[in-house]
Amino acid sequence: MKNNSLKAWLYLLPAVVFLGVFMVYPLIDVLIYSFQEGFNSASQTYFGVGGYNYSYVLHDPYFLQALKNTFILVFITVPLSTAISLIISVALSSISKLRNLFQTVFFLPYVTNTLAVGLVFMILFKQTPISDGFINTLLGFFGIAPIDFITGPYWAKMLVLSLYTIWVVMPFKILILTSALASVDQTYYNAAKVDGTSRFRIFTKITLPMISPTLFYLVITGFIGAFKAYSDAVALFGTDLNANEMNTIVGYIYDMLYGNAGGFPSYASAAAIILFVIVLTITCINLLVSKKHVHY
Amino acid sequence: MKVTLQNLTKVFNSRVGKVKSSVTAVNDFCFEIEDGELIGLLGPSGCGKSTTLHLLSGLQKPTSGKIFFGDEDVTALPAESRGVGLVFQNYALYPHLTVLQNITFPLENRKGKDKLTKEQMVLRATEAAKLVQLENLLDRKPSELSGGQQQRVAIARALVKEPRILLLDEPLSNLDARLRLQTREEIRRIQRSTGVTTIFVTHDQEEAMSISDRIVVMKDGVIHQIDKPQAVYDDPINLFVAKFLGTPPINVFEGYIKNETLYIDNEALMPIANEADREVVIAIRPEGFTTESEGETVLTCGLTRVEVMGRDISIVATHDKCENVSIRAIVDADNLSCINGTTVRFGLKKHKVFVFEKESGERIRF
Repeated sequence: MKNNSLKAWLYLLPAVVFLGVFMVYPLIDVLIYSFQEGFNSASQTYFGVGGYNYSYVLHDPYFLQALKNTFILVFITVPLSTAISLIISVALSSISKLRNLFQTVFFLPYVTNTLAVGLVFMILFKQTPISDGFINTLLGFFGIAPIDFITGPYWAKMLVLSLYTIWVVMPFKILILTSALASVDQTYYNAAKVDGTSRFRIFTKITLPMISPTLFYLVITGFIGAFKAYSDAVALFGTDLNANEMNTIVGYIYDMLYGNAGGFPSYASAAAIILFVIVLTITCINLLVSKKHVHY
Repeated sequence: MKVTLQNLTKVFNSRVGKVKSSVTAVNDFCFEIEDGELIGLLGPSGCGKSTTLHLLSGLQKPTSGKIFFGDEDVTALPAESRGVGLVFQNYALYPHLTVLQNITFPLENRKGKDKLTKEQMVLRATEAAKLVQLENLLDRKPSELSGGQQQRVAIARALVKEPRILLLDEPLSNLDARLRLQTREEIRRIQRSTGVTTIFVTHDQEEAMSISDRIVVMKDGVIHQIDKPQAVYDDPINLFVAKFLGTPPINVFEGYIKNETLYIDNEALMPIANEADREVVIAIRPEGFTTESEGETVLTCGLTRVEVMGRDISIVATHDKCENVSIRAIVDADNLSCINGTTVRFGLKKHKVFVFEKESGERIRF
């Protein structure tokens, strides 16, 4: 028995070492940093220990803006992208012709570079001296005045960022959902059909419960992913996100560390810990909800 | 509900790469099922019995031919409008619903004037559950039930909507041997008490024989014989049917007719009037052998061993002209004088000996 557990630890060692060095240690370090007031990177000294960093971050208008942006982004994009992916996956699995083609088409954004996709969105939305951008030209046909999506009003910028995020995360969700749908045993559908079940009822009473574990997996990872969003905003609005009112929490942390206004690891750490607590809370709520509604 | 199949045919077309092929799973089926009958579709795997069931349920559309429920032509009717109860081989119970929810599921689909209140549904479901003796397990999930219990939930779910016909796809194949015996009695009892016309599919001839009113023996999409189980057993129409029914299996010999007498090897078995000299296949049921070896019907075989089974004994023997690896004869235990050292001399019961054409396998009656 003792020999066995020794072996077990041996096999676990590589994972434990890597996780310890790259996950647990930094996490603890960040926690410590976040309580060290007035830390100076050059001299590696600090004035004292306390909650001032948190107080500063929570009162920083840039952080509050980033917090607001992140929350809007999370609560718009996660439900929408999951719902749209579900609709597309169901449609995909109910056609037989051209199914592979469409599957490939829908998966393409996943293998495309974020910045390249950002460039495409720029062409679609950005106003330049020569053109108003593709979307504005389209809107022009309906008599709608051009909107500055990239540097204009807040809602327009948020709309573009949300669209972008939804579009970027959908391929993965479609991929996972199509395989979940395909793994539902056909005889359940046959049984329901023989019993005269309507298509809508088949979907809500059989399909959804059967794929609910996958659905909740996607929602949970979607939430976590959206809370950690950063590169999407950079791809669209450049690196000076604070000035653009488009910063996210991760963006704020990065700026605090390395940005133009950077060099404040203590503030960055405090913001990181706040983000960690938020994500942890949301994930716990998700898990509690899923326990009630997921059937396996 | 009387069920009539008219020239029912189902052809599956498939294409692998550039090679097209088509399989006729059901070929020109014509038969009638009387109201309240229990019919067993019997055949080796791939004979089209499950396809027949799917055609009856409406899950698959026939290539040609018609299906009637009573006088109504249901051929074009989709599965949901046919009012059939179908029990799947793997039961297809919804894993996320309780037994009660599973049973009420078909009732909740009803619309318009057929719509039931919640109380009515629960009442109907409880009645159905009582019929299959599951009333104590209504709150369980399918995963908390044994195979036999799941099977009965599936039957209750099929019966609760008072189907016009009940279809069972290999209902016993997922059960262990003991449960299989019990469940087949159960199916018979439920069918008797509801009086619903029932069609079930099986590859197990014992299962089909034991509970069916009539059996349909099929092979390669063709019906070979339809009759009462005993009649099919006692009077098989061809060699396939003779071989397919019966445990232990029938003993098949190469034989020939010479001068209106039936021979195996050099031994004359019995006279066979008005038949030309030719090679034939002779099949003898295990119980067709006797230990009284007087008279002309004698077959000498090499003795392998004698298995005593109490009520009767089983003599295992060999013969050069026998297709089977060994001959198995079931005889009464009192008289073993036929055994002589390494050989055994059997007498034969004439009505247990069947003669078939060598090429076509058709029965030669004599």
